Amino acid sequence: MLEIKNVTMQFGGLKALANVDFHVDKGEIVALIGPNGAGKTTLFNLLTGIYKPTEGTIEFEGTSLIGKKAYRICVMGIARTFQNIRLFANMTTLENVMVARDSRTSATPLMSVFGTRAFRREEEHTVDEARRWLRFVGLEDKVNELAMNLPYGEQRKLEIARALATEPKLILLDEPAAGMNPQETASLTELIGKIRETGVTVLLIEHDMKVVMGIADRVSVLDFGEMIAEGKPEEIQRDPKVIEAYLGSGAEALVAEG
Amino acid sequence: MGAIRTGLTAVNDFFSTRFGRVAFFFVLAAITLFMPVLFQAAGNAFMVRIFALVAIYVLLALGLNIVVGSAGLLNLGYMAFYAVGAYAGMNLGFVLQQLLEYWFGEGAQSFSYWAILPFAAIPGVIAGIFLGAPVLRLRGDYLAIVTLGFGEIVRIAITNDIGGLTNGASGLPGVGQRVAPAAGQEWVRDNLSFGTFVFSRDLFWYYVIIALVLFAIFVITRIDNSRLGRAWVAMREDEVAAASVGVNILTTKLWAFALGAAWGGIAGHTFSYWVGFISPESFNFMESVLIVGMIVLGGMGSIPGVILGAVIITALPEVIRVLAGSPLLAGVLTVEQVALVGDYRFLIFGALMVVMMALRPQGILPEKRRARELRPIDDSVLAKENQQLWEAEHKRDTDSDII
Amino acid sequence: MSVELGIFAQQIVNGLTLGGMYALLALGYTLVYGILLMINFAHSEMFMFGAYVGMFSLQGLSQIPFFTSSGGALLLLYTLAILIAMVLTGILGVIIERFAYRPLRHAPRLAPLISAIGVSLFLQNAVLLWVSSRSIPFPVLFEVQTFQFAGANISSVQIMIIVGTVLLMLLLDNFVSRTRLGKSMRATSQDRDTAGLMGIDINRVIALTFFIGPALGAVAGIFSGMYYGSIKFNMGFIPGIKSFTAAVIGGIGNLRGAMLGGFLLGLLESLSAAYISTAYKDVIAFGILIAVLIFKPGGLLGESVSEKV
Repeated sequence: MLEIKNVTMQFGGLKALANVDFHVDKGEIVALIGPNGAGKTTLFNLLTGIYKPTEGTIEFEGTSLIGKKAYRICVMGIARTFQNIRLFANMTTLENVMVARDSRTSATPLMSVFGTRAFRREEEHTVDEARRWLRFVGLEDKVNELAMNLPYGEQRKLEIARALATEPKLILLDEPAAGMNPQETASLTELIGKIRETGVTVLLIEHDMKVVMGIADRVSVLDFGEMIAEGKPEEIQRDPKVIEAYLGSGAEALVAEG
Repeated sequence: MGAIRTGLTAVNDFFSTRFGRVAFFFVLAAITLFMPVLFQAAGNAFMVRIFALVAIYVLLALGLNIVVGSAGLLNLGYMAFYAVGAYAGMNLGFVLQQLLEYWFGEGAQSFSYWAILPFAAIPGVIAGIFLGAPVLRLRGDYLAIVTLGFGEIVRIAITNDIGGLTNGASGLPGVGQRVAPAAGQEWVRDNLSFGTFVFSRDLFWYYVIIALVLFAIFVITRIDNSRLGRAWVAMREDEVAAASVGVNILTTKLWAFALGAAWGGIAGHTFSYWVGFISPESFNFMESVLIVGMIVLGGMGSIPGVILGAVIITALPEVIRVLAGSPLLAGVLTVEQVALVGDYRFLIFGALMVVMMALRPQGILPEKRRARELRPIDDSVLAKENQQLWEAEHKRDTDSDII
Repeated sequence: MSVELGIFAQQIVNGLTLGGMYALLALGYTLVYGILLMINFAHSEMFMFGAYVGMFSLQGLSQIPFFTSSGGALLLLYTLAILIAMVLTGILGVIIERFAYRPLRHAPRLAPLISAIGVSLFLQNAVLLWVSSRSIPFPVLFEVQTFQFAGANISSVQIMIIVGTVLLMLLLDNFVSRTRLGKSMRATSQDRDTAGLMGIDINRVIALTFFIGPALGAVAGIFSGMYYGSIKFNMGFIPGIKSFTAAVIGGIGNLRGAMLGGFLLGLLESLSAAYISTAYKDVIAFGILIAVLIFKPGGLLGESVSEKV
């Protein structure tokens, strides 16, 4: 489904990614792990059109993503969340999700001025869809709450609902469990499982090994911009290169989980 | 300063109550509909003209507010669209008047204003897209200066009689050209005048413009509550996030630009037929800034706010002038002082823009959402934004990559 | 043939003169942008204000007989007038920053922009109301001589402008790269937060920037008064946009870029006035601005990431 070949990303003298090969198959949950500054978010930004790779190819369902604008990539079926939550803070949760229906709706401004039936029907459908996704992530009670007034964990969930409302084939989650307490993390893990059940492929960046070990089919490890390991979660846990990369920070966590 | 702040808060609180809003609405409606008639009946034709002038600025401010308030793009060349609408409408009118007269006989030329009106937005929209398509990728402050440059280009082109269509600095209509009074203008004068009360040209145009204003409010409200309106808010709040959920930033901005320009065009066409004369002087940079100021003062994105802003800035100097002449204030202000009010308008207005930004950036009657957005942010958020800004500046050549 | 060449040489001379003024004004835009990432819309009024202060200083000082007694004294007179204009305009710049921009440093980006427009409006109308709404002749206190050079006429005013501009640029360049204050300006422009942590007083650096930029703008204004012979309350508007264009051409935030951009734009303008159209020379300049912003927003020298000042 997603095919990344030989991708290099250079910022001035800094090589954020070096000859990275990576792929995601349909229906999988793939986790991307690695120490801070390893280039994980850079990879996400390449996938969603925020950066252009210095070298290499990125293909989604056989179509190159390079040079495509962010909204085009979303329309093609890749949605994302952000590491440092980027909601529309002054819109309600419902409105946040409704915005995400933009590319899946077609009413023109002229239709909205005249209030045509097609327009009204589409608006109703947009609201229904937005509510459906809010229910999916468990925010149905917070429909009219301003996004900025939600607690942190719910903001993360709202961001996921917003991404799902674009009807993606592949969803990219950037550290969805960051800053969550154990209960929230557990419900998030469950949510990610539910997302897969709807037929959406999941690629996530995550530090929390509990989340990764619990749901990922496959784990890829980035370190200093290079892909140093790839495999099933159990294999990765035992990989000496990975343990070395994580030494001092996450090594104990990895070992402890095993 | 503190007193100003308390005063503004009190105004805001009053309008937040249901009673305040209803009362405001009725007073406003009554003044809007009947005051000009009273002035006309009292023989004060000058005030009627001021009312019509205020109304046209309200129309312009509502139009520009789509760009500045809804989409968050600072356009400093808005007058260019007004000018394009005015010149295009007049030139079309010259041709159409003759055709109408030739086809339908004497008197038919008076329909040229009305016949052009449904299409009056088109020249503005074309100019808006022509300018917007290449420049809307630019970051906010660059965009502001480019639109300013565009406004100057249009003004210079008009002054130099571009294509032989503008008659240069002397303005339109030129020798041998004339603007036919619009159909209805003479009818109301002949049929709705009683005794000393004359249903004047200015009064007629005042009601035409008010009808356009109401229509504009209707259209803008509808659009604000559609997917385009939502996309505008989302884009204003976070462009990267909006793009990531499938909002096409460029077309969303372009719509704002084109719709804003459309009202500029309509206002320009109407203005040219009302006053019957246009010249490059009417479309300078200061006028564009004036309209931005109306929006800022009243409250970006808020329709009542923008209307209030336009009324205050256009009418206040005139109102003070009239009040000073009334027995109530006789002797309080001398004639010279009253004249100064008009002269000091821009000076006070400039200072007001600075003070407003520091004390109440959301304006007098803010839109709720906009008020929150414009609230000063705390340092941690700022640090984050600076970081993002830094990244954006240093890691990409242009902003255009994401949109 | 030689007439043709003479016209061309003349345009080069005129272009350099114009370019010098643009470059001086452009430096102010670029300095402020480098440090605050903000376009100082009110900067064009520094040009205007400087010209007025310069005019009054020249008028006032020329009342003292000593200053008109000899060529050397006259030069001293002009230098003094320029210095007074620089200092006063610089102080005005600092005041504007303190009251119109500093309270908005944490506000959304639209806010300081609107505030700047307000300042610009205020200053223009202050001069309009309190000085004059008409254009005022700029005093000429010496016999303007014209020299022949490669078929072009160079007036002594033009020489003064070009030499003065180059001198000020060298001074600024040295100041920024050699002195401690200049270095702290550079540090602040690269990373304001880190510079603050390193013990640089950010507010002082910003104030300094708002002194230097307007001071240079004031000189440009005086040069413009001398060159065109008159000044007016709205004289800053067009040169303001053009100088901003110059700063963008050179790469905004880059000092040498602004200098280069100023001269380039001046040359382009005077050549296009001669060979394309006088009426549309402003249109050409704004067209260049739009084109550069769209196709090369980094400008000519704006590419290097680390060097902004």
